[in-house]
Amino acid sequence: MKVRVRYFALFREQTGCASETVEWSGGTAAELFQEVSMEHPLLKSQAAALVAINDEMSGWDTAVKEDDEVLFFPPVAGG
Amino acid sequence: MKFSVSNKAIDAAAVRQQVADSHCGALVVFEGWIRDHNEGQQVERLEYEVYRPLAEKEGAKIIGEALARFDVSHATCIHREGLLELEEIAVIVCVSAAHRGAAFDACRYIIDQAKTRLPIWKKEHYVSGVSEWVNCEQCAAAGHSHGEHVHD
Repeated sequence: MKVRVRYFALFREQTGCASETVEWSGGTAAELFQEVSMEHPLLKSQAAALVAINDEMSGWDTAVKEDDEVLFFPPVAGG
Repeated sequence: MKFSVSNKAIDAAAVRQQVADSHCGALVVFEGWIRDHNEGQQVERLEYEVYRPLAEKEGAKIIGEALARFDVSHATCIHREGLLELEEIAVIVCVSAAHRGAAFDACRYIIDQAKTRLPIWKKEHYVSGVSEWVNCEQCAAAGHSHGEHVHD
């Protein structure tokens, strides 16, 4: 299935792109992160990274659906 | 608006006015400033990247939680985005309440939650010419204890 993936801040620099369409076999947000990490070796999983799906904060174990937009956020640092 | 993101300098006096209320006897303000150093590096300026759609949604949620948890009348928070120079205000939280205790608690709650929940990232530009994305090491090291963990 096809999903849209967006990268922010450090993740955008590590992948060299702000967004891309990913074709994969399906699974959770964590599995999608692993999948794209194989394409982008600089992208490293970080304990405090966050994920959002369709502009809602989400959990890593949430199943990703066809045509979802998945946002990968590196550890946040506001303030 | 109770939570907002701004690409212009924050006018602290104007933000205070947003929470002004004759029923309130206390106003607590937190301002986060751009400082000239971090972890041994001389900082020249700072850049905030904000994912607005979610930051605004989550920020509004945090303000709502503070108003529900603490006995306060008004709360507002504004966070900057873009390139900021030293001493500029990066974030401001203003809380007004009948009494100071709740205002202090709510203000602390809002800034602490904002730092860990909002999709906002900062890149420090150092005097040396190097620039780096900053993240809170203690936050990133989930599951590790580093003792007292204070954000300023």
